[in-house]
Amino acid sequence: MTSILFYMFASLLIGSSLFVVLNRNPIYSVVMLVFAFANLAALYFLLEAYFIGILQILVYAGAIMVLFLFVVMLLNVGPDRARPQWAAMDRWWFGGMVGVVGLTLLALVTRGMGPLRSSAADIDDGFGEIAPLATDLFSRYLLPFETAALLLTVALIGTVFLAKRRI
Amino acid sequence: MATVVRTYEPGYWDKFYLPAIARGLLLTLVRMFRRKDTIPYPDIKYVPADGYRGLHRLNKDEDGRIKCVACEMCQTACPAHCIDIVPEPAPWDDGGEERHPAKFEIDLLKCIFCGFCELACPKDAIELTEIYDYASFSRDDLIIDREGLLKVYDITSMGNIYERQNRGESIQIDTGNL
Amino acid sequence: MIPFYIGATLVKVLVVFSATLLMIMAMTLAERRVSAFMQYRLGPNRVGWGGILQPVADGLKFILKEDIIPDKADRPIYLMAPVITMVPALMTMAVIPFGAPLQVGEYMVPLQIADLNIGLLYILALTSVGVYGIVLAGWGSGSKYPLLGGLRSSAQLISYELAMGLSLIGVIMITGGLTFGEIVAYQQETGWNIWKQPLAALIFLIAIFAETNRLPFDMTEAEQELVGGYHTEYSSFKFAMFFMSEYANMITASAFMVSLFFGGWDVPFVDEAALGNLGVGLSVLAFLAKVGFFLFLYIWVRWTFPRFRYDQLMRLGWKVLLPLALANVFLTGLYLVWKA
Repeated sequence: MTSILFYMFASLLIGSSLFVVLNRNPIYSVVMLVFAFANLAALYFLLEAYFIGILQILVYAGAIMVLFLFVVMLLNVGPDRARPQWAAMDRWWFGGMVGVVGLTLLALVTRGMGPLRSSAADIDDGFGEIAPLATDLFSRYLLPFETAALLLTVALIGTVFLAKRRI
Repeated sequence: MATVVRTYEPGYWDKFYLPAIARGLLLTLVRMFRRKDTIPYPDIKYVPADGYRGLHRLNKDEDGRIKCVACEMCQTACPAHCIDIVPEPAPWDDGGEERHPAKFEIDLLKCIFCGFCELACPKDAIELTEIYDYASFSRDDLIIDREGLLKVYDITSMGNIYERQNRGESIQIDTGNL
Repeated sequence: MIPFYIGATLVKVLVVFSATLLMIMAMTLAERRVSAFMQYRLGPNRVGWGGILQPVADGLKFILKEDIIPDKADRPIYLMAPVITMVPALMTMAVIPFGAPLQVGEYMVPLQIADLNIGLLYILALTSVGVYGIVLAGWGSGSKYPLLGGLRSSAQLISYELAMGLSLIGVIMITGGLTFGEIVAYQQETGWNIWKQPLAALIFLIAIFAETNRLPFDMTEAEQELVGGYHTEYSSFKFAMFFMSEYANMITASAFMVSLFFGGWDVPFVDEAALGNLGVGLSVLAFLAKVGFFLFLYIWVRWTFPRFRYDQLMRLGWKVLLPLALANVFLTGLYLVWKA
């Protein structure tokens, strides 16, 4: 069951990622990237890393990609310019998708549908939950964590400073 | 001329908006339980005020005869030219009116319900009633003739028709054959 | 023979799903009736007994209406958007506990479809995905008003998600758990969270109004400026899907609010466990009553207040609610440190 789900999500992830790269309509790319993130999150869930998985959706799919979409819309890269290219790329991404799905099916068949190496036994109790993660973040990795936060703040202030003529 | 300018100065608590929000919510909540203005129309009918200008009628005198003498004053006064009268000598010969309308038709689709006909009539023969809910699927049905106008007198002469309908009396306003 | 817990879960899914749909139907009627009552009108009262079949008639009308796809619309995205809006709206109910555990024979069935250990984040994640429906609907319609509505909504939802998430942190801090089961259990023991986190509750309440695009924050629709906002170009059943997901979101948000701050299915001053399955019924009723109150509040507020201007909305979100939510987190932290 897990392995079937894994191959399904993995092939969808690869397929949608290819779509993102090959397709020239930026809006479609953004939507497919969101879909790819959702599949990635599903893979995390299969690994029982629920917190990372939900953050993947919450932060990347939910917040960052909305801003991407926002920017793409505001830049007005509309379908008018993108459509002819879309038609040309049509075959490419379709071929790619079919290829990926086919390869995955091949891999499935050659492995005889056997289960992936079970990871449930390897992981500690409380793995993927928030408490152990938070404990690590705020004790062992406090300095890198705070440095990253500072870096992000600096980047944010820098962006505002560069973008706004008068503050 | 002095004008009164009312300015709004928010006090300290107003700046939190919450008291105003609570007041607003309370207002709508109280209003929810007020009497409703809606009249569920076909079940209960709106009773127009006195002097409402609705469907016309031709009055009858004490003997039950038509009061109209076909003087065509109303026809002349009508700004919409919706009244069509053809006079004839009165069918009775007992010292009553000598003139009589052979045809008295009002095109209700043309009529603007100004009431000028009422004012022009020297005999108080034509009158506007309170009836507003006549409707029809054909234009022909909305040309009301002499008999129809007399019939309207019959149903409206005993008091306001809508008050009576709301009391449960069944009074038909026959739109097809007025 | 299917194992008992799978069967129980399936039954729960079915019950929750149909209950949500029923509540959506009831809400469409309640919205019209309550608004009418507040305006001295009667509202739709002729279909069925007192109008209770009106939603059915509306639904039939939606299905039978002509389905128009504008010429300039981007077909795949235009068709996808209502689905993207609808699915997360219905999925979020899965983690809400709606009653005390039910005793069936020898089993205890928790009245909650899934008690995920990331329950709160699950809802936040799904609502943030729901934004795409609106944004893509706006863009995919190929028309300017929906586009403006979509852009406004994405900015609005992102802004208020922050305040909403931060207001939740206070609750998570005092409860010490991210699952709805823990939060409700904590409130049963020590009283409702509204008394401990009133500021967070207020911020959360305001934020869910913004998140569900309801007045006074319905910038995405704003009839006077944007015709119908993101669903201007939608007709027939696709419009109905947007409409239903708005109400589904309201139901989820109310249930969320109730679970976090108003004790979930907790009946005040009553020990549900001692009453057995009667207590379970009581708890479900209490939950429904609380959710019903917040749904009424939604309608009530809608017909009481005018819409915010867009800049006022953004100022409220970023300059008032966000700092307040941060302050609330800080104060809660101080309190916890002082207590410990």
